[in-house]
Amino acid sequence: MSGAILVVTEHLAGSFTDATFELLALGRELATDTGTELEAAVVGSDVSDMAGSLGAPDRVLVIDDPALESFNPVGHADAVSALVADREPSIVLVPYTSTGMDMASHIAIRSDLPLVSYCQSIDPADGLSATCQLYAGKVEADVTIDGDRAVFAVLAGAASAANGRGDGSPDIEQIANPAGSGGGTVFTELAEPEAGDVDITSEEVLVVVGRGIESEDNIAEAVELAEALGGVVAASRPIVDQGWLPKTRQVGKSGLTVAPKVYLALGVSGAPEHVEGMREASTIIAVNTDPQAPIFGVAHYGWVGDLFDLLPELTDRLE
Amino acid sequence: MDIGVLLRAVPDPVEELELNDDETDLDRDYLGYVLNEFDEHALEEALLLKEDTDGSVTAYALGTADEVEQMLFTAIAKGADKAVKVGDGLGALDAHAQADLFVGALGEHDLILCGVQASDEIDGQVAMLVSAKLGHPHVSVVVGTSPGADTLTITKEYWAGITASYEVSLPAVLGIQAARQAPRYVAVSRIRQAQESGALTETDADPPSSSSGITITAVRIPETGAGAEMIDGDEEAAADRIIELLAAAGVGGAA
Ligand SMILES: Cc1cc2nc3c(=O)[nH]c(=O)nc-3n(C[C@H](O)[C@H](O)[C@H](O)COP(=O)(O)OP(=O)(O)OC[C@H]3O[C@@H](n4cnc5c(N)ncnc54)[C@H](O)[C@@H]3O)c2cc1C
Ligand SMILES: Nc1ncnc2c1ncn2[C@@H]1O[C@H](COP(=O)(O)O)[C@@H](O)[C@H]1O
Repeated sequence: MSGAILVVTEHLAGSFTDATFELLALGRELATDTGTELEAAVVGSDVSDMAGSLGAPDRVLVIDDPALESFNPVGHADAVSALVADREPSIVLVPYTSTGMDMASHIAIRSDLPLVSYCQSIDPADGLSATCQLYAGKVEADVTIDGDRAVFAVLAGAASAANGRGDGSPDIEQIANPAGSGGGTVFTELAEPEAGDVDITSEEVLVVVGRGIESEDNIAEAVELAEALGGVVAASRPIVDQGWLPKTRQVGKSGLTVAPKVYLALGVSGAPEHVEGMREASTIIAVNTDPQAPIFGVAHYGWVGDLFDLLPELTDRLE
Repeated sequence: MDIGVLLRAVPDPVEELELNDDETDLDRDYLGYVLNEFDEHALEEALLLKEDTDGSVTAYALGTADEVEQMLFTAIAKGADKAVKVGDGLGALDAHAQADLFVGALGEHDLILCGVQASDEIDGQVAMLVSAKLGHPHVSVVVGTSPGADTLTITKEYWAGITASYEVSLPAVLGIQAARQAPRYVAVSRIRQAQESGALTETDADPPSSSSGITITAVRIPETGAGAEMIDGDEEAAADRIIELLAAAGVGGAA
């Protein structure tokens, strides 16, 4: 393999996200396996100090441009695309996050490289291949890539963030922004979420309802159980999108990351975007009518059955 | 504002999935399809923008499954002015090929809304490819829009409830994660009316000219609960065992 491994970093308010460190860890493994260098791209304004704090890569490519101070879905992606065109890395790793979803396909298209999404592992031996999740985690797929270069949008948890922190001191290379500043897209403001009535990240017991709960009225039954257990109710994204529970109760990629003692999932399928927010819980108990539900892959205990049959039984026993 | 929305039928995620004989794809013979969940939000946001601006909505879909037509009739019943079924008998195509087909079929629109992602596509980039081919800006993970003169203010969600706002010049392509309000329901009788309305047209597409450069060589369904203790028995047995587990974890006075 000739080109380097390039990690597209992600940062907000002066810190790199965990997803970045996971990719650096994965990138380091790939660089070692293929005998190439690990590079990281950092795009933003006044980011040189931050770039210098990265310990894992051999080299950090910094594009410092006041016009790119806040993440710009077009501007940042154009800048990295130009970098990719110029340096021809063999593997480009992009986090499967909100910013990565703007960047990965943009870079792949501009660089005319294949894109592999929902990627959970990459094998550089014997041509490039990867393993991905499809159908919201219900199916695993092996894919091979034509040619020896590609862009990968990597799922959370593909490698350990701790292994991506590193303590080296990489070369820092400053590169003038080779692209524009976001043609057609202008950042205006960032908004923090409003505080909720409870903080689900500090609760020990979460009774978590997914679309299997079927209606807003049925949530009361889950609340009753949660109360009997001294915990609170949390939810998957569709429940929040329906307006049945506030955003502050949402677990997952675009919600909160939790690690309670007990996580009782009722009618949650276990899509990768949900799992990344709860896989560290100490005891995960999942209830689902579908024996193929991917939540059973992350659970410690599972029961295949109807949550509406189980809920009253549990509540009875606790009264 | 004249809005196009791309709707994709995906295998129903709640159904039991089976693999084909050579284990390279799902067995599609008996598969049920539903509208990709994020596309339902894209359609809702399109209808809300139509109402905001006294605009119009055209829904596009690709594919031959009966469910595709049903999906488009539902879009009409909900308020789409037109629906276009692109191509026929095209079978499974990769993202590049699909984007080629759409670009050939799309009318002039101020805005094209897509779902943020489709669950059944490994190189998930139809929306971005369409935007690149049309030369429009693209923003993904959008959770709300509000129209201005010739721009659109959009909210993009980061994580943990943090959002960012952008002004996007039109025309543009957006990947919708969630509409600003829950998708509307529509009565079956309205869907039947839509079937009679003549608002659904079909268009032939030019054959696609590009491909994605990746091949799925094998698929598998991970074994149920590999690594988990699966509780046998009815709900009473399950409740007994779960109470034990809770007690072991020291929670809820469930001792
Ligand atoms: C960028 C992005 C960010 C996202 N962020 C998040 C996030 O933060 N959090 C999140 O949760 N999702 C997130 N998602 C959405 C995610 O992809 C899934 O759509 C979502 O997690 C599905 O929620 P669910 O499991 O409740 O619903 P479904 O997938 O519809 O699953 C419902 C489950 O309930 C089961 N069921 C039905 N009836 C019963 C019954 N009576 N008893 C028992 N079981 C029953 C079904 O078998 C099914 O498995 C995100 C998606 C994207 C693209
Ligand atoms: N075959 C298709 N038919 C209709 N819309 C599609 C198709 N493929 C992708 N789309 C649209 O593009 C969005 C994102 O899909 P993708 O980029 O392929 O993950 C989907 O949610 C749809 O809105």
